[in-house]
Amino acid sequence: MSPTQLPVSDTVPGSGSGQGVAVTLSDLHRSYGSIHALDGLTLDIAPGEFVALLGPSGCGKTTALRVLAGLEDADSGRVEVGGKDITSVPTSARDMGMVFQAYSLFPHMTTRQNVEFGLQLRRIPSARRRARASEMLDLVELSDHADRYAHQLSGGQQQRVALARALAIEPQVLLLDEPLSALDAKVRVQLRDEIRRIQLEVGTTTLFVTHDQEEALAVADRVGVMQAGNLEQLASPHDLYARPATPFVADFVGLTNRLRATVQDERANLLGTSIPLLPGSVQRGDALVLIRPESIAVTADPAGRATVISASFLGSTGSLHAVTESGEKVVAQIDNDAVATFNPGDLVTLVPRPNPALAISAMPAGAVASPAAPG
Amino acid sequence: MSLHATRRRRQASFRWTVVGLIGLFFALPIFSMVEFTTRAPGGGRTLDTWAKLFDLGVIDADYPELKTGVLASAGLVLLTVAIMLIMLVPTMTWVRLRLPGLRRTVEFICLLPLTIPAIVLVVGLAPVYAWVSYFLGESSLWLAFAYVVLVLPYAYRALDAGLSAIDVKTLAEAARSLGAGWPTVMWRIILPNVRTAVLSASFLSVALVLGEFTIASLFSRDNLQVAINQLGKRDASLAIAAAFAFMVIAFLVLFAMSFVGTGRRSSRPEEN
Repeated sequence: MSPTQLPVSDTVPGSGSGQGVAVTLSDLHRSYGSIHALDGLTLDIAPGEFVALLGPSGCGKTTALRVLAGLEDADSGRVEVGGKDITSVPTSARDMGMVFQAYSLFPHMTTRQNVEFGLQLRRIPSARRRARASEMLDLVELSDHADRYAHQLSGGQQQRVALARALAIEPQVLLLDEPLSALDAKVRVQLRDEIRRIQLEVGTTTLFVTHDQEEALAVADRVGVMQAGNLEQLASPHDLYARPATPFVADFVGLTNRLRATVQDERANLLGTSIPLLPGSVQRGDALVLIRPESIAVTADPAGRATVISASFLGSTGSLHAVTESGEKVVAQIDNDAVATFNPGDLVTLVPRPNPALAISAMPAGAVASPAAPG
Repeated sequence: MSLHATRRRRQASFRWTVVGLIGLFFALPIFSMVEFTTRAPGGGRTLDTWAKLFDLGVIDADYPELKTGVLASAGLVLLTVAIMLIMLVPTMTWVRLRLPGLRRTVEFICLLPLTIPAIVLVVGLAPVYAWVSYFLGESSLWLAFAYVVLVLPYAYRALDAGLSAIDVKTLAEAARSLGAGWPTVMWRIILPNVRTAVLSASFLSVALVLGEFTIASLFSRDNLQVAINQLGKRDASLAIAAAFAFMVIAFLVLFAMSFVGTGRRSSRPEEN
């Protein structure tokens, strides 16, 4: 299909056209020398779904997106969009809108000309093109900036124009390659919410690549955590957080304590309390339980068996670091009001809440709280 | 305060001295050329030489080599710039996009002619031009192939600076994701954003081709410099007048071309 044959329907994005299509990546492999960027990646995205790929640097998430966009060729595997095999279709004929991590507006064109570019390539008549561009700029709330050049826009505005440009062509799939990572924290949150609002309005199937777990959890219908070129888990944000399938996911998404416990009958005896275990946990014997800071209740208790190391105020919440009698370090989430009531050296009682947790086989290393994922 | 003012005065006078010396360096030969071309045979001043130069009938009839040389150089300028741009811009863009590992090699090859004297180039090119003459004829226009080699280092540097100033990869990928094929990417995205670099490369090429003598002379082909040299053997005054006139014309052409590159920027709205 030549670029000029790419479809642009009479419906306008933003009018709830609901044009999502299914996307399937099957057994994708891609190597760069000895490095396997994709190692048999398989991913199904439902029509209109917003899926975020999350993972550390080098896990293959961007490669997966670029293979879907046609900007990289897979060594093997298959890419299907709307049931059609597009593995060998060139980028220009894939009908996908893409927003890049780097600012990608064409510097010699105004905002409006940028948005109209894809429509021009599709030989859309001038009047319709202008109308579509205006609607897209309305959608991203930048109608007042139609005649400005990229260097006259802030980073956030440039990314919004890039989003409008990508959506103007009514793509089958919208690809977002860390579009927020160059922005400051406040703009990032605003634009993140805006992207979700627009995606819900337009209904385009969307793949969003990010290394920021908060971003992924906030906007996506499902989040895929990648490691070493493959998916570790693909689940809703809640399930991913509350029911991590693997130790890597438990470690990568949010903060996790690794505490020694005894496992029996799908329950773990942890800090003197029995808690249920998630499927996939070890069945019996000594284990390490991966438990979230908010799943541990803290009470000041002169007869307690843990000692406070520090308590920190984090804004909406607080964080308490303690060490147990057996020398295990524990991080627990506390109310921000309670931070001032805990001092280093205070004795406390730590009680796990009855939320299911993942238990893995005990490792020789000391049990310490794992840090959150980067970003 | 007065110390500061004295220092400023000294700096200003130093600046003007430097500007003055440089001005003298350029003005003196130009003045000498004008002086020489306006000498009358028995003393005094005359504009006869200049009148002769601008009398196309006389030039056509009495100095046909000048007309031939001018036309050949004009053709060579156009052909050299065209071949250089068609060859270099897509190659350099492609290397940046797809073969970044080859960038140093391409740079080395492009800069190589800088280290080779024209006379050595002629020795190397002689057998090649034997074949060029055999297949394409004896036209001076085919010197453009050799001139492309000559201008390569300067054009490469200018274009490289232009391509480095933009994110070629992201812009190309953005355009392709919107449905643009490679020709569209080159013509509508890359070229407009390296327009100044393209113009710089073209300026340098024009200047170099208009001033080239060695290769044309050794290959016994016609161009402006060869024509002026031949003319000098018959009428030194007219040769100097022609050299001066073409220098002014070249300057005006380059000056006009420089406005082509800056026209759009001035129409941009103010940044806020």
